[in-house]
Amino acid sequence: MSQQGYVATPPYSQAQPGIGLSPPHYGHYGDPSHTASPPNMMKPSGPLGAATPGGMLPPGPPPPGTHQFGQNGAHASGHPPQRFPGPPPLNNAAPSYPPYSASTPSAYPSPGSTSSVTQLGNQLSAMQMNNYGSSMGAPNQGPPGPPAAALPGPSRPPPPSILQPGSQVLPPPPTALNGPGPSPMSPPTHRPDGLPGPAPPNAHYQPPPLPGQTLGTGYPPQQAANYGAQMAGPQLGYPGGFPGGPAQMAGLPQPQKKLDPDAIPSPIQVIENDIASRGGQVYATNTRGQVPPLVTTDSVIQDQGNASPRYIRCTTYCFPCTSDMAKQAQIPLAAVIKPFATIPSNETPLYLVNHGETGPVRCNRCKAYMCPFMQFIEGGRRYQCAFCSCVNDVPPFYFQHLDHMGRRLDHYEKPELSLGSYEYVATLDYCRKNKPPNPPAFIFMIDVSYSNIKNGLVKLICEELKTVLENLPKEEQEEASAIRVGFITYNKVLHFFNVKSNLAQPQMMVVTDVGEVFVPLLDGFLVNYQESQSVIHNLLDQIPEMFAESNENETVFAPVIQAGMEALKAADCPGKLFIFHSSLPTAEAPGKLKNRDDKKLVNTDKEKVLFQPQSGVYEALAKDCVAHGCSVTLFLFPSQYVDVASMGLVPQLTGGTLYKYNNFQMQLDSHQFLTDLRNDIEKKIGFDAIMRVRTSTGFRATDFFGGIFMNNTTDVEMAAIDCDKAVTVEFKHDDKLGEDSGALIQCAVLYTTISGQRRLRIHNLGLNCSSQLGDLYKSCETDALINFFAKSAFKAILHQPLKVIREILVNQTAHMLACYRKNCASPSAASQLILPDSMKVLPVYMNCLLKSCVLLSRPEISTDERTFQRQLVMTMDVADSQLFFYPKLLPIHTLDVKSTTLPAAVRCSESRLSEEGIFLLANGLNMFLWLGVSSPPEVIQGIFNVPSFAHINTDMTLLPEVGSPYSQKLRMIMSILQQKRPYSMKLTVVKQREQPEMGFRQFLVEDKGLYGGASYVDFLCCVHKEICQLLR
Amino acid sequence: MATYLEFIQQNEEQDGVRFSWNVWPSSRLEATRMVVPLACLLTPLKERPDLPPVQYEPVLCSRPTCKAILNPLWVTIEVSGVAIADGSFIGVCPTLFPPAYTGISEVNQPAELMPHFSTIEYMVQRGAQSPLIFLYVVDTCLEEDDLQALKESLQMSLSLLPPDALVGLITFGRMVQVHELSCEGISKSYVFRGTKDLTAKQIQDMLGLSKPAMLMQQARPTQPQEHPFVSSRFLQPVHKIDMNLTDLLGELQRDPWPVTQGKRPLRSTGVALSIAVGLLEGTFPNTGARIMLFTGGPPTQGPGMVVGDELKTPIRSWHDIEKDNARFMKKATKHYEMLANRTAANGHCIDIYACALDQTGLLEMKCCTNLTGGHMVMGDSFNTSLFKQTFQRIFSKDFNGNFRMAFGATLEVKTSRELKIAGAIGPCVSLNVKGPCVSENELGVGGTSQWKICALDPTSTLGIYFEVANQHNAPIPQGGRGAIQFVTQYQHSSTQKRIRVTTIARNWADAQSQLRHIEAAFDQEAAAVLMARLGVFRAESEEGPDVLRWLDRQLIRLCQKFGQYNKEDPTSFRLSDAFSLYPQFMFHLRRSPFLQVFNNSPDESSYYRHHFGRQDLTQSLIMIQPILYSYSFHGPPEPVLLDSSSILADRILLMDTFFQIVIYLGETIAQWRKAGYQDMPEYENFKHLLQAPLDDAQEILQARFPMPRYVNTEHGGSQSRFLLSKVNPSQTHNNLYAWGQETGAPILTDDVSLQVFMDHLKKLAVSSAS
Repeated sequence: MSQQGYVATPPYSQAQPGIGLSPPHYGHYGDPSHTASPPNMMKPSGPLGAATPGGMLPPGPPPPGTHQFGQNGAHASGHPPQRFPGPPPLNNAAPSYPPYSASTPSAYPSPGSTSSVTQLGNQLSAMQMNNYGSSMGAPNQGPPGPPAAALPGPSRPPPPSILQPGSQVLPPPPTALNGPGPSPMSPPTHRPDGLPGPAPPNAHYQPPPLPGQTLGTGYPPQQAANYGAQMAGPQLGYPGGFPGGPAQMAGLPQPQKKLDPDAIPSPIQVIENDIASRGGQVYATNTRGQVPPLVTTDSVIQDQGNASPRYIRCTTYCFPCTSDMAKQAQIPLAAVIKPFATIPSNETPLYLVNHGETGPVRCNRCKAYMCPFMQFIEGGRRYQCAFCSCVNDVPPFYFQHLDHMGRRLDHYEKPELSLGSYEYVATLDYCRKNKPPNPPAFIFMIDVSYSNIKNGLVKLICEELKTVLENLPKEEQEEASAIRVGFITYNKVLHFFNVKSNLAQPQMMVVTDVGEVFVPLLDGFLVNYQESQSVIHNLLDQIPEMFAESNENETVFAPVIQAGMEALKAADCPGKLFIFHSSLPTAEAPGKLKNRDDKKLVNTDKEKVLFQPQSGVYEALAKDCVAHGCSVTLFLFPSQYVDVASMGLVPQLTGGTLYKYNNFQMQLDSHQFLTDLRNDIEKKIGFDAIMRVRTSTGFRATDFFGGIFMNNTTDVEMAAIDCDKAVTVEFKHDDKLGEDSGALIQCAVLYTTISGQRRLRIHNLGLNCSSQLGDLYKSCETDALINFFAKSAFKAILHQPLKVIREILVNQTAHMLACYRKNCASPSAASQLILPDSMKVLPVYMNCLLKSCVLLSRPEISTDERTFQRQLVMTMDVADSQLFFYPKLLPIHTLDVKSTTLPAAVRCSESRLSEEGIFLLANGLNMFLWLGVSSPPEVIQGIFNVPSFAHINTDMTLLPEVGSPYSQKLRMIMSILQQKRPYSMKLTVVKQREQPEMGFRQFLVEDKGLYGGASYVDFLCCVHKEICQLLR
Repeated sequence: MATYLEFIQQNEEQDGVRFSWNVWPSSRLEATRMVVPLACLLTPLKERPDLPPVQYEPVLCSRPTCKAILNPLWVTIEVSGVAIADGSFIGVCPTLFPPAYTGISEVNQPAELMPHFSTIEYMVQRGAQSPLIFLYVVDTCLEEDDLQALKESLQMSLSLLPPDALVGLITFGRMVQVHELSCEGISKSYVFRGTKDLTAKQIQDMLGLSKPAMLMQQARPTQPQEHPFVSSRFLQPVHKIDMNLTDLLGELQRDPWPVTQGKRPLRSTGVALSIAVGLLEGTFPNTGARIMLFTGGPPTQGPGMVVGDELKTPIRSWHDIEKDNARFMKKATKHYEMLANRTAANGHCIDIYACALDQTGLLEMKCCTNLTGGHMVMGDSFNTSLFKQTFQRIFSKDFNGNFRMAFGATLEVKTSRELKIAGAIGPCVSLNVKGPCVSENELGVGGTSQWKICALDPTSTLGIYFEVANQHNAPIPQGGRGAIQFVTQYQHSSTQKRIRVTTIARNWADAQSQLRHIEAAFDQEAAAVLMARLGVFRAESEEGPDVLRWLDRQLIRLCQKFGQYNKEDPTSFRLSDAFSLYPQFMFHLRRSPFLQVFNNSPDESSYYRHHFGRQDLTQSLIMIQPILYSYSFHGPPEPVLLDSSSILADRILLMDTFFQIVIYLGETIAQWRKAGYQDMPEYENFKHLLQAPLDDAQEILQARFPMPRYVNTEHGGSQSRFLLSKVNPSQTHNNLYAWGQETGAPILTDDVSLQVFMDHLKKLAVSSAS
C-alpha cells in the first residue's frame, strides 16, 4: 500500500541531501509492516527527514554532531528518551536555562543572542528559529498577493504567505535569526508520552518588527491591538497551577522568554474572520475546486452542480497532479462524506428522480450514475462518462437535443444534469432478492438486571418510550410512520413481547437458550405503534413491575444483538436495535466478557489490545448484522469497566451510535439520556446502505473510516446511516491527473428509506488539479484535515503503539509545513516559522488531537472512556470533530442580554479566564459552566437565583429557569450550542479552585494538559524545530 | 360345562381375572403340550362397587422371599393364643399376626381372610399426597376451526378437573412455548427452538426450575415442604388459575409462522414432548401426571420428525417401511422411545390425541402411550364429536365421583413355587425385579415379577403369562392348588395411595390322567385374546407372515392335541365345546387389522394395536371378531353370523368392531326408507325398526372409550365397505353362482372364507405329517 500518507517521511532533509529524491516510504497506520517499526525507533536516529522503513528514521548514521542534535530534535517530536545517547547537550543546555520563574519582561532577543555561541553548533542555532507568528497569521502589510484576487470574498484577509510568503513574512531579519532562544534550546524534555515537552520555548515567537503593519491589513483592529499589547507586556507564561507534569519537566528550567500566546495563530480568530467574510452569504457550488466556508461559518448553500459542503468536505479542493507531488506535500487527500446531512430549511432538499422501471442512467463501464459531469456528444445521442471516459449511448427514453453550448436542452429540468446532489428511485435490481424492501423496524431492548431496576432506569426508559414513540421518523408527505416497533427485555435470558393489536394484554416469551438464540415469534413482535398503542402502553407500564423483584445481576449481550438481528431477519426488514445496557456481560453465553482492564498495559506496545475486542464474536456478529441491515445503537450505563472496546464494536460497525452515561444517576443524568434517546429515535436515517465512491481516472478511494463495514475494498456497507454519521475517504493517485479535467468524485449511497423505499443518493463533487504545490496549499481545509488525521490515527491505534502514532502525526505535520516552506514560501530566514494561510491553525488542532485522551497513554484515564471517545470520533463529521478537538469557550459574565447572537468565543486557555468571569465551555459531549471565585453576584443571582457564589450548589445538570434575562440568555446560548449536535451535552457546573475544576481544565486545550500533553506554544515550537530539521 | 362358564364369569366379576386354563397341568412338560400357555388376563382396577377399601395396612408374610399379603388362602393356626398365618406360597411361612389381629377367630375374621374377599383394596396413608397433574401439550399448527374446537374442548376440560389438580400448558408449532400460569397482567411463556434437542437438565435450567426451588426454600424456611410442588410456575392448581388459563387458551393463536405453498407447517412435536417430559421430571417425579399431547399433524422438524416439510414427499407408508424407505422412522422412534422410558421411569403418562386426515406419526410415537399407559386417540379433526366426546370421557367419574383413572401403579405378581412368571403384555414397563418366581423364558415383557403401569383405568387389562415350573417327576399331591397373588399399588385419582390385592388359586391336575378336566376348564375366549396378544406383540417386531405362520402352527397343534379325529380323515375331526369357537377367533384374528397391515396406514395399525393391547376380554373379542346384530320384521333383534350370508335385503345390520359402529340397511329396507314409509303413520313399525339399531348404537357409543367411528350406511353405500371388509367372505365373486342367489351378498375378495380355512385346518390337524 504505497499511499501517500500523512505519515510519509518528509522527502527533504537537508541533513541528508538526496533523500528527497529517494522514494519516500510511506508509513501507514494500517500497514502491518509498520508494526515492526517501533524497534527501529529505538535506534538513535537522525532527523526526521530520513527515510527508513519505519517511515521516520533516517538511514545512515549522520555526523555525530548532527546526530545528537537531531536526536534532540527528534526528541521534541516525541521520541522516547532512550534515544538520547549523549548527555553533553543536555548538560550543556541545562544550565543555560533560566529558571522558569524569572519571566523577564523583555521577551526575546537578549539572552538568546548569547546562545548562538553554544556548542550546539550551527544546527542548534538553526533549530532555534523563531516562529513567525505574524507571518503565519495575517498577511502582513505585504503586497496583497495575487491569490487574493483568486479568492471570492473581497473582505477576506489577503491570503498571506501563500504565494509570496517570504517577502511578507520576513521583515525582521535580525530578530528572527538571533533566535532568542538559542541557549534555552532546551534539550527537549522528554515526556513519556512522547509529546514535546514544555521546553522548547526557546523558539520564541518573534513579534514582527512592525507589528502594526503586519497585522493591520489582515486582522481586525482589536486583534492587532492584542498583538501589540502582548508583545509589549510581560509574558503570560505558562499558567501555573497545573498539577505537575512529569518530573523531568518540573525540573527543567524554563526559558526566560515566553512566546506571546496572543501572537500565535488563533483558531478563534480564523473562525471569526471566516464568519466575517462569508457568514450569512450564499455560497453557490458552481465552481469546481472552490474552497467552501468553514464549518463554523453559517452560510446558505446553493447547489449548482457540486455537492454541498454539508455533504462532502475535502482536506484540499485542489489535488496535486501527480503522485510525486502528493508525496512531496504529504497532505492527505481525503473527503469527509456525510451523505445524510441535515439540510437547513432555507436550502433546497434533494430532488428525487424517477426513471421508472429502467432505473438510473449509468455508464456502461464504470457504472457511474448520470451527473452534471457527463459530457453529451453527437447531438445528444451519446455521452462520455466523466469518470472513465467511456462513450455510452443515451438510452432512447432519455434522449434530448443539445443546445449551442453542447448542453442538453433539459439541463435545468433534470436534477441529475444540473445538481451536485439528488436522489434516484431504485428499481428492483437494487433490492435484496429483487424484492421491494419492507419498512424498517425499531427494536427496543432493555436490560432489566438488578442494577437497572434499582436505579429506576428501566422505569425511566419505559415512561419515555411512551411519548417518544409518537415521534417515529416518517416521510414528510406521510401521515404516520411506517416503522414498526418491537420490545425485548433481558438479563441473562431474553424476553420477547407479543404486542399484537388484538391482544388484551401483551404476551411475554422467554428465550433461555442464549447459546443459540432465536426469535420465538414473528407475528405480533413487530407492530405498528399506532395500532398496538394500548397494548404497548400496557407493556411499558408493566415492565418495571414485572422485574421489580428480580435480583438477577448477570447479563448477556451478544445474544441480545443476535436476537434483534434474527428478528429483523425473520421479518425480512432492515432496522435498528436500541439496547439499554449497564454491565459487563458475564453470564454464560456467546460474547461473554471478562474484566481485562489492565492499566499496566498503558504506554506499552500492548496498549492497543485495550482497544481491540476481546473475542471475534462481536465482529462476526457485526458482519451478520450488516448483512441483514440491522443497525445497533447502544446506550451504556456503566458503573465500572464494561469493556467498551468489545461491546461498542457492533454499534460501530453497523452504523449505530454508542452513548455512555457513567454512573448514571436519575436526577442528574436523565435529562441528557432522554434527550439523546429522543434525538436518536427521531433522526433521519437510511437503512441497509451500500456506499460506493467513484472517482475520475487518475486517483481512487483507498481507505475508508467511519461506522462502516467492508467486505471488499470498494463497497462501503452500512447497516444504517443517519444524519450525523460521516465517512472519511482517503484517495490515492494511481495515475496523473489533468489540470483541465480535474478530479471528480461521485458518492452513491443505495439505501432503504424509513418508509421502505429503495433509493440511491448521489453526491458529486469536482475538485481542481494543479501541478503547483502552492495551489494545493491554498485550497486546504484544516478542519477536514484534522478530521482525517483523527480518524486515521484512531483507526491505527488498533494496530500500532500509540507512541509511533503520535510521532507520525507530529512528523507529518512538520512535513506538510516544511514542504510549504520549501516550495511555496519565498526564501526567508531559516528561523522563521511560516505557515500557509489555510493551515494556520493546523498546529494547534494537531496538538489538541495529540492531547486527546485517546492518544494520551495515561493510566489515569479510564480505558472505557478512551475507547468510547475513539469510537465517537470515528464517525464524526468535520464540524463535530472541530468542536470536539477545539472546544468552544464563551464568556458569560460579559453577556449582552439584549443581543441575540452568541458572545464572541475566546481561546481555550486558562489565561483567558478570570476570577471575575463566568465561562461556558462545550465540546460536543460535555458542557461546563465555570464560575470564577469573584463572579459578579448579579450574574449569579440572574442565573442561579442564589445570592452569592458560595450559595451555588453545583450539583445540577440543568440550569434553573429563573426568568431573569441572564438565565434566559444563557439557556438560549446553551440550546444554540446544543443544536445540530448529535450528542446531548451534559452540563457540569464548576467553581474555580474546587476539585471538579480539574475536569474542566482538561478542555483548555491550548494549555499544557492535565495528564501531559504540550501547550500550544510548546507544540508550535516543537513543530518549528521539526520543520527546521527537515529543511536543513 | 355350565359350571365352568359360571365359575369363569364369577371369577372375572370378582377378581378381574380370566385364565386360559382353569385347571392347571401339573408338570412343565404337560403344560407345554397344551399349546396355549397358562396365562391370564388381569384387569387390575376392575370396578367393584361392592368392594369398599379397607383403611389399614396389609399384613405381609414375614418371610423376606415371600412377603405375600394376608389373604383368604392363608391358614390360620392358633399357637398358644397367638394367631399365626401361613402364606402357603413358598410353603409354610409362619407369620405372627400383628397385635391388632389378636381377637381373630372363625367368626371374627378380618376382611382379607374372608373367601369372597379374594380381591381386597387397602387404603394406606403413606408418603405425601400429591395432586394430579395434567399437562396439556397443544399443537397450534391447526386449521382455524380445528384450533377453535380444540381450545373449547380444553377450556371445557378445566371444569372437569378436580380443583386442586395442577395444570400446565405447552404449545408448539415451529417453536415450543411453555406457559407460565401464575402471572398477572401479562401472559408469560418460555420459548424453545423446535429443532434443538435438549437434555432434561438443560430444560430445567432454562426454565429456571433448578434454582428458584432452592431459593424458595431459603426464603421460607418456616414452612418447609408444605407444598414443595407449588414452586413450579408452570403447573398451578386449577382453582387458582382457572380464569387465567381460560383466557390464555382463548387467546391462543395459530402458529404465526408463515407456511409457504407446498409445505407442511413446521411442527416441533418431538421437542415439545421432550420439554413436557423434562418439566415434569424435574418438578414432580413419581407422582401421578398426564401429559396430554394434542396434535394435528406429523412432526416435521427437530428430533422426532417423521416427515420433511415438503408436501410433495408423502409420509411413510407400510410399503415404504417394508422397503426400508422411511427415512426418519428409526431416528424418530428412538427419540420417542427414549422419552417414553423416561416418562415411565418418572411414573407419568403420555396421552396422544391425534386428529388429522393424514397420518400424524403415531407409528413413531406409539411407545409414548404404550409404555406409559396413556391414551391414544385418533380422529379426523378436533372439530368432531369423536374427539370431543372421547376427550370428555377421559374425565368421566365412577359411582363415587372419582375419576376413572389411576396413576403410577406397580403390579407385583407372586406365585406359588410350582409356577413361574414369563411376562406380561399390556400398557406397562418392566421394573426389572428378578426373583425365584421369574421364568427365564420370556413371553411379552418378561424377566421381572413387577411392572410399572403409569396410568390405568378400570378397563386396562394386562395379559400375564406363566410357566409351570414343576417337573414331571415331582407330582403334586392330589387336590393341591396353585396360587397367584396380584398386588397392585397405585395412586387413586383421589390422590390416595391404594393397594389392591387379588389372590387366586386353581387346582392342579395331571395331564395324563385328568386331561378331560383340563380340557373342560379351557377358557377359549381368554385363550384367543391371550394368543392374539402374543401374536400382536410379535407383529411389532417381526414380519407379518411369520406371525401368521406361528399362529397357524399353534392352532394346528392345539387341534391335534384336543381334537377328536381319525388320522388322515378330515371329516372325522371334531372339537369339544370348550374349543369349538377358538378356530373361528383365529380366523378373524388373521384378518384383523392387528395382524394385517394391508389397507391400513402405519398410524392406523399402531392405533389399533394400541387399543388391542389394553382392552379387557370382552372388548378384545369384539375387536377380533366384530359383533353383528340383525334387525328385521321376522323377530326380535338377534346376533347373526359375521358372514356375508347375513347381509340380506330385508335386514338392518348393526356391526360393532370396537373402532366402528356400522349400521347397514339392507337393499329393501333402504328402498323403503327412501320411499318415506317411516313417516307414514300406518308404517310406524317400520319407523321403530329403523330406530332400534340407532338406539342400540347410541348405547354402545356412550359406553365406549375411545368413541368409535359411527357409520350409518345402506346397501350400495360407499361406507358399506366397513361391513363388507369384516364379514366372512363365504360368498365371493368366485363362488357366487355355486351358492345360489337367494341369500347374502357376495364380497369381492380373494380372501379365503372361514369354510375353506376350517377345511384346511382339519386336513392339517389330522395329517400325521405335521
